[in-house]
Amino acid sequence: MWIYIAKRVLYTIPISLGVSLVCFCLVYLAPGDPAASLIPPDASAADIATIRQLYGFDQPVPVQFAKWLWRALHGDFGTSLQTGRPVLVEVSGALANTASLAAGAALIAFVLAVLAGMLAAWHRGRFLERAVTAVSTLGISMPSYWLGIVLIIVFAVKLRWLPATGMGSGAATFSWLDWHDARFAVLPMLTMALLPLGVVMRSTRAALADTLAQDYMQVLRAKGLAPHALMRHALRNALPQVLAVMGLQLGYLTGGSILIETIFTWPGTGFLLSKAILTRDVPLLQGTVLILALTFVFINLAVDVLQTCADPRLQRQ
Amino acid sequence: MSAALPSAALRAVAPPGYLHAIARRLRHDYVTLSFAALLVLTVLAACCAPLVAHYDPYATGLLGRLKPPGWQGHLLGTDDLGRDMFARLLYGARMSLAMGVAPVALALAIGGTLGVLAGFYGGALNMAIMRTMDVFYAFPSVLLAVAISGTIGGGVASGLLALTLVFIPSLCRIAETATSQVRALDFVEAAQATGASSLSVIVAHVLGNVLPALFVFASSLISVSVLLAAGLSFLGLGVQPPTPDWGQMLAGLRQAIYLQPLVCALPGLAICIVSFSFNMVSDGLRHAMDIRA
Amino acid sequence: MSHIDGSNAASHARAARLAGEPAADPRDRGGLRQPLLIARGLRKRFAVRGGLFGRTMAHVHAVDGVSFSIAKGETLGVVGESGCGKSTLARLLMRLVEPDAGELIFDGEAVGERTGLTLGELRKNVQMVFQDSSASLNPRMSVAESIAYGMRVHGATRDAARQTAHTLLEQVGLRAALFAARYPHELSGGQKQRVNIARALALNPRLLILDEAVSALDKSVEAQVLMLLRALKAQLNLTYLFISHDLHVVRYVSDRVLVMYLGEIVEIGPADDVYRNPGHPYTRALFGCQLDTDPRRRIAEAPLAGDPPNPVDPPPGCRFHPRCPYAEHVCTTRVPSLGDALAAPLHAVACHMHDAASAHTRAGDPPAGMPHAFRADGDASDARRPPDLLRS
Repeated sequence: MWIYIAKRVLYTIPISLGVSLVCFCLVYLAPGDPAASLIPPDASAADIATIRQLYGFDQPVPVQFAKWLWRALHGDFGTSLQTGRPVLVEVSGALANTASLAAGAALIAFVLAVLAGMLAAWHRGRFLERAVTAVSTLGISMPSYWLGIVLIIVFAVKLRWLPATGMGSGAATFSWLDWHDARFAVLPMLTMALLPLGVVMRSTRAALADTLAQDYMQVLRAKGLAPHALMRHALRNALPQVLAVMGLQLGYLTGGSILIETIFTWPGTGFLLSKAILTRDVPLLQGTVLILALTFVFINLAVDVLQTCADPRLQRQ
Repeated sequence: MSAALPSAALRAVAPPGYLHAIARRLRHDYVTLSFAALLVLTVLAACCAPLVAHYDPYATGLLGRLKPPGWQGHLLGTDDLGRDMFARLLYGARMSLAMGVAPVALALAIGGTLGVLAGFYGGALNMAIMRTMDVFYAFPSVLLAVAISGTIGGGVASGLLALTLVFIPSLCRIAETATSQVRALDFVEAAQATGASSLSVIVAHVLGNVLPALFVFASSLISVSVLLAAGLSFLGLGVQPPTPDWGQMLAGLRQAIYLQPLVCALPGLAICIVSFSFNMVSDGLRHAMDIRA
Repeated sequence: MSHIDGSNAASHARAARLAGEPAADPRDRGGLRQPLLIARGLRKRFAVRGGLFGRTMAHVHAVDGVSFSIAKGETLGVVGESGCGKSTLARLLMRLVEPDAGELIFDGEAVGERTGLTLGELRKNVQMVFQDSSASLNPRMSVAESIAYGMRVHGATRDAARQTAHTLLEQVGLRAALFAARYPHELSGGQKQRVNIARALALNPRLLILDEAVSALDKSVEAQVLMLLRALKAQLNLTYLFISHDLHVVRYVSDRVLVMYLGEIVEIGPADDVYRNPGHPYTRALFGCQLDTDPRRRIAEAPLAGDPPNPVDPPPGCRFHPRCPYAEHVCTTRVPSLGDALAAPLHAVACHMHDAASAHTRAGDPPAGMPHAFRADGDASDARRPPDLLRS
């Protein structure tokens, strides 16, 4: 098992390199001179020369990549053209906000999904299963940004129970402890929870249904085990599969939050990304994408390792 | 022994093939059939939009802005620039459906080919292709789509490129897994033993066994593509105004939710219904193909 | 099956052939005396990867220095347990797998050499019938299409190929009108195997390799397929390489038998000889494992000892020595040779006990006769048979 984990950890290195390469190449996708997109509009001639020398635009592309990578490893992801602040500072502040939202949404989604999945798998073939399947399919078909708008209409505009947009009183990072600010997180979290809810519900139901259909489940039933004990056994066996899906969804939540954060004007990484696109702030765009992608890679790594530790079959390898 | 019966009559007696079995199973699956019918209806409506819609989707009317459904013959009301919602929805269906199907079709062609080649030849080619796919797989789909589309700039072409790149890795993986499984079976060895070229073996024997599973998976991606494409337009990256597109309409009407919430929710409802239908149809297909004949 | 004397069928056929029945085959290039296939020094190792960077940790010696020949018109049986390399050998003979070393000579021409037979030509002459499994026929292709594929690859038109496919179906005992349009999932095991045979015959081969072709069939169906194979052999002037783990079946069909263990040939010789007088301790143990239903016929020699073989990095010297009841020090250091196994009628054994010049204490004095009372009924030459009390 440890060899597998070691291999898996080592494998992250070439993947991260590949991801960095893709992000590096994003600049070249932008129309026009790649050099121009990295230079702030009000730069003086001396500034331009410095930047050119720093990025090495007169040198071959692999050298540019190496220089860029070297800087990234030291925490220098560039400077935002818009604000002039280092990208790392911008992103780390925003990442904390997104993480709070993602964690809350994940919690709601996963708990509800597992419960619903258990219900559906248990009542196989009956109405409850079909209802749960329909809800989960709806969850993956509904555009989250639309749900956000609908929730805003219902709860903020019509009922006026919750605030429509923003993150609260103006603090840079979100804190759950501040109840007044916490209200702002309710609608975004609920919206964010929709897609993971659908996906995990489907996976849980499928995994549990498969497990419950196995022969050894029949044996346990014949032994006289009570339904809730049976479900406990089934859950334990289906858990590794479900955990894998959950981990993936957590990664998607963190990395793919742009749409929801745009609707609710939540100052997270997604919002940062959409601002960067609007203002054509290429260093910020590049840096944000890189950091988010690497976060996703490491979340996947953690999930893989956890799954290996949790699955006794893999331990024996 | 009696004389041999004419083969035409025998074919009626002989049990049907694999595709017939699937069609037969689908014929009794009313849920899938009804959603498939809904999709067909939507496609037809989109194609015949000029005939069905009474109003011009581009015609603005500053006096009749954000009117509720039924106002002056506008079936579903008007948007923030006074344009007929029904017409815009119909014309928007074209873009949204196209941006749902086209990226998946392209990704199927490219990713499927790469996956089959990787699975059939194995070795270094497999490593090269699959490791490259792993790198793209390491990005969350929305992030990748937005990053590519965002750097290139808006427009249908960039949206198409971005979405195709998002779907290629997963289709490639499915194709590679299926192909390597089929490759290990005896009949492929037997085909190679006749001296056939690899291309002939792939086309005649491997593809027929790989494509069904691949198609079913691709069909499940269409609903995701519809959502993602609309999302890109929502951010201003995909289809550009004034071309009607559901995601873009949603973005444009966002500010107007305080005045006319019902009208503003319509484009999102359309996206939801289409995506849901694609999901139900693909689920039904997968279920029909699950049980071996 | 055990009461059918297989040796008689093979010897009758041989007698008929020697009596002067013409075996005029227009494809014959080397003459009657030239062996149809000569394999020399075939070797194939597979690497076992593992560890941190996928390094090659060990090798599986699937086939290690195998040499033998197959005469025209004979059936050579290959016997051995799972993992002995039979299937790899079959694939090496068809060049579905490239050997690490060794050569193949088909009807006097070297395969793969510039002056000899090309791979394409070899494929037309040597075909394989696979074990009946759900994987031996393409589930998406009808029976006729599966059979016709090989012909279409070599340029036949669709109609011509279909016609030939129908003829082949009739030849293997399936009515074309009923079966041509069927799919594999609509066939029984025996029918699928007949289709497999028809498919192998589509390219008009001279050598047919039957890799466990009847192993998965019910006994009655197995008998039918074996009789079909025998009929086809006579009709089409075929040569068979019959691979199986079932000793009874191999005896029934084979003229000569080859016994494999861990990638090497341990014994080769005429079928009757090998079955009546197995020389190698492994062969004796194999036959000794056949239990008889008669309680008076008991196992006379010790059964196999030791652990089942690990094909990865086999033991030095004679590969059978960890399990051999007669093993001595020389067996762990020197590899016993088969002698000139390419000389066909000779009964050769790769064992130090059979080599008078070896350092084994029993050199020149190997255990002889049957290990126990495994033999065909009516064999009067066996003195160990107990008196039949029920007969007067």
